[in-house]
Amino acid sequence: MSTSATAPASSTSTAPVPLLSVRNLVKEFPIRSSGLVRKQVGVVQAVSDISFDISAGETLGLVGESGCGKSTTSRAVLHLQPATSGQVLFDGVDLTTVGKNDLRRLRRDMQLVFQDPFASLDPRITVNEIIAEPLRIHGLYGDKGAGRKKVDDLMATVGLKPEHGNRYPHEFSGGQRQRIGIARALALRPRLLVLDEPVSALDVSIQAGVINLLEELQDELGLAYLFVAHDLSVVRHIADRVAVMYLGKIVELGPRDQLFDHPQHPYTQALISAIPIPDPRRERTRQRILLQGDVPSPANPPSGCRFRTRCPKFLTLTPEQREKCVDEEPLLVGRGPGGMATSQDAVHKAACHYAESVQVL
Amino acid sequence: MSHEPVPVPSLGVPAQEVVLAVRDLTVTFPSDAGPVQAVRGVSYDLRSGEVLGIVGESGSGKSVSSMAVMGLLPKTARIAGSVRFKDRELLGLTEKQMTDVRGKKIAMIFQDPMTSLNPVYKIGWQLSEAVLAHNDVSKEVARKRALELLEIVGIPSPDKRIDQYPHEFSGGMRQRVVIAIAMANDPDVIIADEPTTALDVTVQAQVLEALRAAQQETGAAMVLITHDLGVVAGQADRVLVMYAGKPVETGPIDGIYHHPRMPYTVGLLGSLPRLDQRSQEKLTPIPGTPPSVVNLPPGCPFAPRCPLRTDICLQSEPALLPALGADHEAACHHSDVLAHEGAMDIFSTDPNAVPGEGPDAAPNAVPGEGPDAAPPNENGAAQ
Repeated sequence: MSTSATAPASSTSTAPVPLLSVRNLVKEFPIRSSGLVRKQVGVVQAVSDISFDISAGETLGLVGESGCGKSTTSRAVLHLQPATSGQVLFDGVDLTTVGKNDLRRLRRDMQLVFQDPFASLDPRITVNEIIAEPLRIHGLYGDKGAGRKKVDDLMATVGLKPEHGNRYPHEFSGGQRQRIGIARALALRPRLLVLDEPVSALDVSIQAGVINLLEELQDELGLAYLFVAHDLSVVRHIADRVAVMYLGKIVELGPRDQLFDHPQHPYTQALISAIPIPDPRRERTRQRILLQGDVPSPANPPSGCRFRTRCPKFLTLTPEQREKCVDEEPLLVGRGPGGMATSQDAVHKAACHYAESVQVL
Repeated sequence: MSHEPVPVPSLGVPAQEVVLAVRDLTVTFPSDAGPVQAVRGVSYDLRSGEVLGIVGESGSGKSVSSMAVMGLLPKTARIAGSVRFKDRELLGLTEKQMTDVRGKKIAMIFQDPMTSLNPVYKIGWQLSEAVLAHNDVSKEVARKRALELLEIVGIPSPDKRIDQYPHEFSGGMRQRVVIAIAMANDPDVIIADEPTTALDVTVQAQVLEALRAAQQETGAAMVLITHDLGVVAGQADRVLVMYAGKPVETGPIDGIYHHPRMPYTVGLLGSLPRLDQRSQEKLTPIPGTPPSVVNLPPGCPFAPRCPLRTDICLQSEPALLPALGADHEAACHHSDVLAHEGAMDIFSTDPNAVPGEGPDAAPNAVPGEGPDAAPPNENGAAQ
């Protein structure tokens, strides 16, 4: 990988070169007028200048509420929806500039698992064919015997019976279908899996099995995961590091336990406090941080800090202090006492001028 | 019924008037594959002012049983049993008689606020309609009541919002409007079917707050149907756990969460990742999948997935019997086994799982516990 000339936020000094490195990623969608001409009348910045790294074998949890840009990020990372600007470096190669043929080869190394196991499998072909498809596309299926063996092995890897391979997707339950989706993603032996809400459509008793499977696969195959989810409990369980998004920006990024036990950004704090815990005794003693209002439109985000319109911290500030929130966009950097920006290379970063570690759980 | 404010997580409520008594409710739908027994005998008492949480996974019959109570199922459904609201039997009422009860005495909140509001009428009109349907008052009075209701559920600037259409509201706001409509006639019972499932967590917290406000304001008893064990933990006084169309365990909330006596409940709690635990223990999923309710084999419907299964489980279906005090009932032949040590680890495949701690061991989830305290509570499932 080129020495991080273009990437001032590059970090992890001692760690090996990250497998995936996203730098200043921006993804815009046009707003068009209604009518025949559909003239472009504006632009929505769904993802607004975000940067993060994922090392081999690591899981980065990307969390946030609907509309925060987490799914758009996952698609831009895979170059399924090309980024408007910024870089996506996979193993040092920039996907946003690479040629078509190279991109196809790179895609082997990065695969996607979708949220809805009912919509993401072709209902008209058998499971064997579904799993074999990526192998055929990339010319790796080999002769019939070898190809079948690969498919059978993949079925077994995800905990399905290979003899069920000639069945159709509708004959499987939700959890089994999600396993099929994972087997398909694993077919090309990728190094990075992008998992977009992989368990949120499943019942809890089934969900646990799929989470365990993902953890086992990671241990065995050394996969890196970009785990996109809205369920923070699942993310706390599976992720090594967590990035919290709000309105197209990463507002806090840090190692899992640090982020959950000592969240610094008021949004992260509110988010964690809102998650119900399945323990009535704890629930009775918990304090909820209730946010006011709704998420503003990403077409017209607030100036300065995007969270200030709903921020409980903002309400406690003096008018002079508030000016900074209104005028100046807070950077995602390490924060010392009083929210003082410290190091760019800190492992735990928050984008808040007045960041302060609070224990919410 | 009393209108004194109900303390929010009202535990140990003294025996109060039963407002809704459901007995042996069964619902069967015809299908090509044979009759689908969606609900196979549900009984519960709902006392005034209390919140009963009904939990279960998809297909467990939790929604259908409540639709049956409301008389909202299609004509093809065969419903048997008894649903008594105070002294009145609701099953078998004509549509006209039911209309008198529905919306006035028993209100319902549905999962999807997008479809439960009419997109072509203003919010104020829809709220007033609910008031006018059951009260002989002027439109002005109804509108005033509508404003009040919007205020209670926490809609900012209600005087402006009242003249807007549903599409001008966000999902969470719409659900609050639905809650306002539900409380319009001061009902005695509110049935909320997955009221926050479609919402983001911070919005969910707002809506749950509105729901609590509505309950306090009306003093209504509430049936809260959800698949989210976290939501129930924070809201309910008692819980009914359903599996394959039947309640398998019921009791006061603390008992169910801390001393479950039915393996399915144990499995559900153990398969949940916990936000408040650093533990890197593996989750313990329940093996297998729920049975189809078309042709249930004899015996306990959970037996094929149950680690405690013995011959008797495959032969006879256990009845719901007192398991831990008269108030806590479980449908399991082996519920006494779960009273002993290591009960929470029955699903654990890990031979090294902490066995010793019985379910009675005081949970170490005490407020003061710093996050830096090393994780002594590694037996994840145990609390």
